[in-house]
Amino acid sequence: MIEAIGLTKHFGPTVAVDDLTFTVRPGVVTGFLGPNGAGKSTTMRMLLALDHPTAGIARVNGRPYVEHRAPLREVGALLEARAIHTGRSARNHLRALAATHGIPRRRVTEVIDLVGLHSVADKRAGGFSLGMGQRLGIASALLGDPHTLILDEPVNGLDPDGILWIRNLLKALAAEGRTVFVSSHLIEMALTASHLIVVGQGRLIADAGVDELIRGVQRDVVLVRTDEAVRLRDLLVSDGVSVTSTKADELLVTGLASGAIGRVAADARIALVELTPQQASLEEAFMQITRDSVEFAVPDGVH
Amino acid sequence: MTSTTLSPYRIEVTQARAFNSEWIKFRSLRSTWYSFGIALLVAIGLGVLFSALRGRDLHSHGFIGPDFDPVEISLRGMMLAQLAVGVLGVLFVTGEYSTGMIRASLSAIPKRVPVFTSKVAVFGVATFLIATVASLIAFLGGQAALSSYHFGVSLSSPGAVRAVFGGGLYLLLVGLLAVGLGFAIRNTGGAIAALFGLMLVLPILGEALPSSWQMHVNKYLPMNAGSSIMTSTHHPDLLSPWAGIGVFALYAVAALTVGLVVLRHRDA
Repeated sequence: MIEAIGLTKHFGPTVAVDDLTFTVRPGVVTGFLGPNGAGKSTTMRMLLALDHPTAGIARVNGRPYVEHRAPLREVGALLEARAIHTGRSARNHLRALAATHGIPRRRVTEVIDLVGLHSVADKRAGGFSLGMGQRLGIASALLGDPHTLILDEPVNGLDPDGILWIRNLLKALAAEGRTVFVSSHLIEMALTASHLIVVGQGRLIADAGVDELIRGVQRDVVLVRTDEAVRLRDLLVSDGVSVTSTKADELLVTGLASGAIGRVAADARIALVELTPQQASLEEAFMQITRDSVEFAVPDGVH
Repeated sequence: MTSTTLSPYRIEVTQARAFNSEWIKFRSLRSTWYSFGIALLVAIGLGVLFSALRGRDLHSHGFIGPDFDPVEISLRGMMLAQLAVGVLGVLFVTGEYSTGMIRASLSAIPKRVPVFTSKVAVFGVATFLIATVASLIAFLGGQAALSSYHFGVSLSSPGAVRAVFGGGLYLLLVGLLAVGLGFAIRNTGGAIAALFGLMLVLPILGEALPSSWQMHVNKYLPMNAGSSIMTSTHHPDLLSPWAGIGVFALYAVAALTVGLVVLRHRDA
């Protein structure tokens, strides 16, 4: 369980995080989405007490992170920037972290095997590829077998196998009843998260289930397939209804519900092959809800 | 998936475990052993070399001035060894900031203070041990070299034990000053510049002061104050050995205090 209550962070005159309040619940993967510079990383750093909030409270599993006696058992974190000394081997890096809590050595071996770094565990981390570094970061996060995971862009630099592996890992961890809070890009989140917290310019924009977000986006487009596309189009087009077409037997109708289209076709004895209301994608939902808060949007007319 | 081999009841942060973690970090970096190796090599090698050269020089002149200090000559190499120790002290801290490791360290120990005390303790103990060994071997080697010209003294001669022990203490304080500056400044280049500025540049600037000021100011500068303990004869323009090392310790304590305040209050 993660709680942010009125969380605010100023860097000089810049407001990075602005009165952010949300709760991340255990048992599901919660995605943390927002345009670049929206304050996601800063929020995660405040949850881990790396940055001090200007105002507000951040709590993990019921208390501020600093008050836990065994922080690595409470939270496993992977931050966007690497947090590994390049001169040390993966095994020594994990051993040093494990030593702070008295975590036994066999757990170090266990997480090395779990993330698939067995063959390079004794090599200096400075020579690791982006993907290997990311796997080591995930091994560090899992070291204390934590109740809560906070992962900033975990799929960065991973190959397709690695991405699939992370996706399944996150879902499995959530299914075990853990809290999984992960920032990533949109497409990844569409496949992994079932709840989303969306921020823009440091402010909360949405805190809802993925399905809920998509349903909330009004999109009155219906796909119609028929052999008599031209005749149907002429019947449908009127004030407030527009029809576009990309194929000879396909129409995209905006402004008329599927039932009404069906009745028009039936009255004219036109056989329909397909009549499908088009659901908005998560991408469209995201674009719509963040439209007003994209910090670095290109103004219209500037090219 | 994440099969649990942890027994949760005893897994928690303690000061001893924080210390153990820093010890693992310290010995698992190559820079640690290179720096200590170089420190030992120059402290001993130069100590013996300077002693041999001075012994031959004095022998050929057949005249020993009142300021000839066989103890001090044999410990001259420590003044070069301090560079290696100082750089290592800075790197032990700033290396964590430049690589991002500090975020892992402070996520494991978010209270921060145990990270600081453990780093200071690990670095302090290791440096004091290595430096004292270096100081002792340099003294014995240097006196052996001087003895072939009959200028050598033994450990039982006045001030010798204090100077040898003082050599360990001096490098310890150089190292702690470096660790403190590392925590305060965080940037490797900046912290090394500050350290060498304090240690090596201040005395040069001190030479530029009006001579009436020099005698009041220069003996309080870090290196002049701290190195007084490695002498066995009285130098009128230096503080007494223990007063000198005390003044130098104040510099180290000041740097550590600033470093601790910065660590506790600044975003990591």
